[in-house]
Amino acid sequence: MSAAPKKLFEITIDPLSVDEVVGRLADPSIGAIATFVGVVRGETDGRQVHHLEYEAYPEMAEDMLRQIGAEIQQRWSTIQRVAIVHRVGHQVVGTVSVVIALSAPHREEVFDALHYAIDRLKDIVPIWKKEVWADGYEWRSER
Amino acid sequence: MKVTVRFFAAPREAIGRSEIEQHLPEGATVRQLLDELTAQYPALHRYLETMNMAVNRHYVDLDVELRDGDVVACVPPVGGG
Repeated sequence: MSAAPKKLFEITIDPLSVDEVVGRLADPSIGAIATFVGVVRGETDGRQVHHLEYEAYPEMAEDMLRQIGAEIQQRWSTIQRVAIVHRVGHQVVGTVSVVIALSAPHREEVFDALHYAIDRLKDIVPIWKKEVWADGYEWRSER
Repeated sequence: MKVTVRFFAAPREAIGRSEIEQHLPEGATVRQLLDELTAQYPALHRYLETMNMAVNRHYVDLDVELRDGDVVACVPPVGGG
C-alpha cells in the first residue's frame, strides 16, 4: 500500500473527499480552515445537464494551481497552507469537481483568500468543462 | 527544428488530434506556428481569436520565438471549477 504524501496541488481522476483534502493542510499552528467545494449542477440556462466532462492539461494545470497558492501566500501573509484538488473526467450531477482548502492561525484572511482562489482558478487554469445534455453538448467557459 | 503542439477541448475535437509534432524553421515565432497549423488544419481557424498560447507550461505572446523541443499548447477559453 502506497504511503506517498499527497500533493497540495493536484489534478486527479479519482473521486474527491473534502475531509481528505482538508487533511493535507494539517499543522499544529492552524486555528482556521476555509473550504470551497465545486459541485456539478443539474441545470444551466434552463437546460437539464446530463453530465459534465472535465479535461485538463494536467502538467500546466498543476503549475497554475501552485502559482495560485503562491499568489495567495504573497498577498495574505497569515495563510499557512493552500490545497487545490480538481477532478477530471466524466462527472454526473452532484459530483464534487473541485476542493479548495486553506488554513491560517486565525480566521481574518481566509475568506478573502478563498474567494480569490476560485476566481483565479476559473481565470487561468487550463481545465475545460464540456456540458452534455440530452440532445447536445457545449464547452463552457466564463468568457 | 521540431516542436510538440498539444490541443484540448473544442479545438482538439475540431481537428481530431490531441498532439502533433511540427517542423519549423529556426527562430519561428508562435504566430508563425499558428499560421502553419491553420494552413494544415483549417478547422482551427475559428478558435484563433479566443485561444491563448502556452510554451513549456507558461502563457506567452505570439511574438515569442520557439526553440527545438518546445512543447506548445493551444489553450481555448478555460472552464475549470
